[in-house]
Amino acid sequence: MAPSGKDLEATLERQNRAAAAPRTQAAPANPAMAVLAPAIGWLIPGAGHLVQKRWWRGLLLMVSIVSMFVLGLLMEGKVYGFNTGDLLDMLGFVGDLGAGGLYIVTRALPDVGQGAIHRAVADYGTKFIIVSGLLNIIAAVDAHHIALGKKS
Amino acid sequence: MVLELAHFSAALLFATFASIVFGITQRDNVRDMVKYGLYCFSLFVGGVIVAGWAMWLLRR
Repeated sequence: MAPSGKDLEATLERQNRAAAAPRTQAAPANPAMAVLAPAIGWLIPGAGHLVQKRWWRGLLLMVSIVSMFVLGLLMEGKVYGFNTGDLLDMLGFVGDLGAGGLYIVTRALPDVGQGAIHRAVADYGTKFIIVSGLLNIIAAVDAHHIALGKKS
Repeated sequence: MVLELAHFSAALLFATFASIVFGITQRDNVRDMVKYGLYCFSLFVGGVIVAGWAMWLLRR
């Protein structure tokens, strides 16, 4: 049986109300913080959330991203510098750069992040370092969304 | 100091940290964050186990 006009109207009204209602209570937008939070979050993993008083989230992000980066270094993973060689090397540099301050400090240290191609676990280390950088970018974007009020 | 991890231990650590970040960044409230983090973790570890068995079968 086809739905009547009244049924359709009621259904549409319900859908409109559901779409208009906010899913969660987000804070109002803060334009200055929307620039500051991702920048700080990129430089120090998790700090973009900490400056917005999301303590537990910031702390968990910091512990996860820093641990992943440090474990990658301990596995003798390679930290890529700027290069115009192989495509995968260039992408490796982009990923590593996402780690922000961790990357800057590591590049300044001698004999760290040189890579050890004869050990399989060192290749895992390289991937840990790249992925920690990419996760840090995701965390910085999340901090930006919180500052914009798109997320609670 | 050099860290020597087995393949599976490295995959578990990877899954743990990546799932925490995914859970926090991809969902809005704490309950959904935990649920999504656990979902990602199970997919990561499940994927590792399936890939491991697939490689074992291919090698035979």
